[in-house]
Amino acid sequence: MNSDLRELYQEVILDHAKAPRNFRFPEGANREAQGDNPLCGDNLTVKLIMDGDTIVDIGFQGSGCAISQAAASTMTEMVKGMKLDAVNEIFENYHAVVMGEGEINEDLLGKLAVFAGVAEFPMRVKCATLAWHTMQHAIANDGEVVTTE
Amino acid sequence: MSGFDIEAIRADFPALHQEVRGKKLIYLDSAATALKPKAVIEAVAQVYQRDCGNIHRAVHLPSQRATKSYENTRKQVQAFLGAAKSSEIIFTSGTTQSINMVAQCYGRPRLGAGDKVLITGLEHHSNIVPWQMVCEQTGAELIVAHIDDNGDVPLERIEEHLKAGGVRIVAFAHVSNALGTVLPAKEICAMAKSHDAISVIDGAQAVPHMAPNVADLGCDFYAFSGHKLYAPTGTGVLYGRFEVLNAMAPYQGGGDMIRSVTFEKTTYADLPNRLEAGTPNIAGVIGMGAALSYLETLDWAAVTKHEEELFQYADESLRAISGLRRIGTAAHSMGALSFFLDCAHPHDIGTIVDTEGVALRTGHHCAQPVMKAFGVPATARASLAFYNNRADVDALVASVRTVQEMFS
Repeated sequence: MNSDLRELYQEVILDHAKAPRNFRFPEGANREAQGDNPLCGDNLTVKLIMDGDTIVDIGFQGSGCAISQAAASTMTEMVKGMKLDAVNEIFENYHAVVMGEGEINEDLLGKLAVFAGVAEFPMRVKCATLAWHTMQHAIANDGEVVTTE
Repeated sequence: MSGFDIEAIRADFPALHQEVRGKKLIYLDSAATALKPKAVIEAVAQVYQRDCGNIHRAVHLPSQRATKSYENTRKQVQAFLGAAKSSEIIFTSGTTQSINMVAQCYGRPRLGAGDKVLITGLEHHSNIVPWQMVCEQTGAELIVAHIDDNGDVPLERIEEHLKAGGVRIVAFAHVSNALGTVLPAKEICAMAKSHDAISVIDGAQAVPHMAPNVADLGCDFYAFSGHKLYAPTGTGVLYGRFEVLNAMAPYQGGGDMIRSVTFEKTTYADLPNRLEAGTPNIAGVIGMGAALSYLETLDWAAVTKHEEELFQYADESLRAISGLRRIGTAAHSMGALSFFLDCAHPHDIGTIVDTEGVALRTGHHCAQPVMKAFGVPATARASLAFYNNRADVDALVASVRTVQEMFS
């Protein structure tokens, strides 16, 4: 099998796609947003409980490809309990890596480093970032539906 | 050419003979855009290398040559469609523009509250949105004859709407881009006519596989794109029966569509120029002429037989894969085969088969209502042209199995 492909669909990604974590809405959520990728029909809703600038709990529901589901799943695992500054720092590096525009900071990304393979597939960058953009809108709570277009 | 020599035909299409991602290209996305034969590529190059003059204007030789080739293509399209007059053939940028022209120039001045535009549930967005727009502008109502579980549009659903009255325009796809369903165009046009509605056929997915005869179909308008007919992108055709086409308001004002202009008043040119303002895609249209000349060299009885056998082979090969669901199973289908895997999202299928060299389309195929009818966000779609062979289908099946292994 093609090595770029193996790099894209790593075990961690397939595992999260098949059994997404935090695939539920936290009770008492005080932030939410919906995200769509009209090109491929992915859609998901992210709900969070924010306490000050800390993400106390987060979950998502929706449907989409393996990359978008795994991205949402790993994101929720990663950011739960984190402060926004730390989340933004992670997303900045994650975004640069999947765009092929930056080096992986392993300490920062941890498990998310598996998404580095996305950079070889420009059409899939939107799949890897939809959940993150949707979460950002939920935090801003501006009520807009996020679209990747 | 008599009979069908697939290897000779494949040799005519340079894009087939390349590697992508280190694998031989298996092109199964002709419903999105067809590959171009050498003859088309060379015809376009010749326009820019030699006959680079604007048409209908200058007396110099390059302009004369370009004009002659451009107008000759109009006659070729007339023959291809079986139209009565070459002035019934309008060159456009594609099916989308053709349909928008009918909606805006025929529909908009005539539609009003109480009028209805009837479409079907399997339309491409380009045969939905232009009608929605004109309905919003005029107060007319857009109504839909929905598809059944096979992705077919039962004729009685169309008839019911027509019998209810008020339908002024019936617009439908000859062949569905997302599902491959072939609609009984002749019967629908006859029904429309008997209820005093005009018929508009989106022929984008039909013309790569057959030469439609507009006289036999009895349609008022027929639209198609050049790039799906093995011709350059940015070219298209609107056929209109002379009486309805001649009654249409101009689409755009500008050069080439006038008889005389003063600041007080402009008189318009006759058809077809009246509907072709501005310098058109000259090289593209001449390339379309080359595509039609190429198609004329083929034995179409043999081409049709090859296509039908290949479609059936692809259908059976896909259905034999467990965990695969075929979507769009109308009795009469051609060109496109949509499917869905239990284990993988279409977008993942597309990426994985691409690394095997297989070019598929994945997504909603600009037909979101069709996806909704089947309860899926998207499908994977393989689409066939006469240059495809059984080895292409076998490669598709092998690559689908790779997807299943990965996601098992």
